[in-house]
Amino acid sequence: MINKETVNYVGALARLHIDPQNADRFAKNLEDILHYVEKLNTLDVSSVKPTSHVLDVENVFREDTVIPSLSQDKAMGFAVEHHKGFYKVAKVIE
Amino acid sequence: MEFETVIGLEVHLQLNTETKIFCGCRNHQFGSEPNTHVCPVCLGLPGSLPVLNRKVLLSGIKVGLALGCEINTFVKFDRKNYYYPDLPKGYQISQFDFPIAKKGFLNIKVDDGEKRIGITRAHLEEDAGKLIHDDELNASLVDYNRTGTPLVEIVSEPDMRSAQEAYDYLTALKLTLTYLGVSDCDMEKGSLRCDANVSIRPAGQAALGTKTELKNMNSFSAVKRAIEYEVDRQTRIVISGGKVVQETLLWDEAKGTTHTMRSKEEAHDYRYFPEPDLVPFTLTDSDINAVFKELPELPYVKLFRFKKQYGLNDYDAFILISDRSIADFFEKCAVLYSDAKKIANWLNGPLMKELNGRKKSFSQLSLSSEEMTGLIRKVEEGVVSNLVGKDILTTLLDTAKSVNAIIEEQGLAQVSDDAALIRVVDEVMAANPKAIAEIKSGKTSAMGFLVGQAMKKMNGKANPKKLGEILKGRFENV
Ligand SMILES: [Zn+2]
Repeated sequence: MINKETVNYVGALARLHIDPQNADRFAKNLEDILHYVEKLNTLDVSSVKPTSHVLDVENVFREDTVIPSLSQDKAMGFAVEHHKGFYKVAKVIE
Repeated sequence: MEFETVIGLEVHLQLNTETKIFCGCRNHQFGSEPNTHVCPVCLGLPGSLPVLNRKVLLSGIKVGLALGCEINTFVKFDRKNYYYPDLPKGYQISQFDFPIAKKGFLNIKVDDGEKRIGITRAHLEEDAGKLIHDDELNASLVDYNRTGTPLVEIVSEPDMRSAQEAYDYLTALKLTLTYLGVSDCDMEKGSLRCDANVSIRPAGQAALGTKTELKNMNSFSAVKRAIEYEVDRQTRIVISGGKVVQETLLWDEAKGTTHTMRSKEEAHDYRYFPEPDLVPFTLTDSDINAVFKELPELPYVKLFRFKKQYGLNDYDAFILISDRSIADFFEKCAVLYSDAKKIANWLNGPLMKELNGRKKSFSQLSLSSEEMTGLIRKVEEGVVSNLVGKDILTTLLDTAKSVNAIIEEQGLAQVSDDAALIRVVDEVMAANPKAIAEIKSGKTSAMGFLVGQAMKKMNGKANPKKLGEILKGRFENV
């Protein structure tokens, strides 16, 4: 059962703000999705190989060879705030 | 009430590959300027895709095999989701249900023999970045150089029953891992990190007690101290009727205490799901066999062989195998000189002392087996005394000179010439009438004093055996 609490909890984990007005609606939507997916459980899949990836490709590697990294300037270019080569973020206390 | 301690350890090992696990940025760049080894992949920029470093997978198999694990022939990666600024993507690529290796073990020494510590699993994952908390700026600063460093996480079963067993497990694990050469296993540099899960239960009870997780220990002895402290703390709580709370505790090395970790990290609900950006990997038996063939002789196999092949005792053999390069050197010496016990004495005694004094590892020195055995031979033949031999070893390590050259240049050869020795003995006897009187009255310990005096007069270069014989002869003839 998906209820409002579950929606709010999942929303908090995903850092999403859930409008209280929408929580009930989302709960119902998610519940419907789960019901729909549950239908798959009624099928006999004993002869089907489990899918772990949608692409039928395996063993894609790179060799252990260094390629140039970004410059510090360029790396800082993506940042909203930075300080002496570090990304600057809201303080997290450990 | 008697309590039993239950400990399980999680060890994170940074692999020493040239590049990171999923991108071509340089790995192991300890001490670099911040954010100079980063790229769109390890910064988690939109549109970038990870590609697995083949060497990382091979190292993972190596670690698994060395720990007696089963290697999964089907390997995939999963996303472990949590928000923290040291994790640019908002998830860590790790392994959940198909780790590279599972069900292994490691033996540790206990009083009555060996104890087997189970290894639950070993899996591959990426390291996070580094955070610095800056009070002045009232901000946290992030360096992503370490992000994407390949890690193997080795999870033990809760099989350890004391802080000492945890310490011994870590020592044995590190020894095995250094033999593999996949990491420098340096806890101070963070290339080996250890978290401990600790709980207590009434002796005889099967169910586990509530555990706490200890973090932030930066040496094996700190792990031991933190566990001892935590066991004590939990015991006091239970005895006074309280309940242990499941939580993560940080070890404070300076204070020797733990405190609760306060962080903005969400409750542990990682919502693992298969990593869609990486395709799965299948390993054939021949892939695994190829890695198996490349494994070096592992430390405890070597220990057993050294005892059997060279007739060494457990203590000597163990010190030798504790450093793979010294063990190899020992074997080179043993080819050139037949008395293995003598070689072991020299390597484990004077050579070890030199290494400790220089704060260097053996592989940082250049010492040939020819010179080492040459030196042992000179001492055994009585050309130089044991004491002078040790000095020669020092010079040997300081300079590139040969043993023969050192002996010749410094005139170190021992005097075995009877006439010279007799002359000195007579001088010493004449100068020490008191000692002579003592010996005559049966106090033979003064004999050693006289030998010492004679040796001093000859700058340590007298053949002590001959000296003793001559001196003894003097008294027998009186
Ligand atoms: Zn990168």
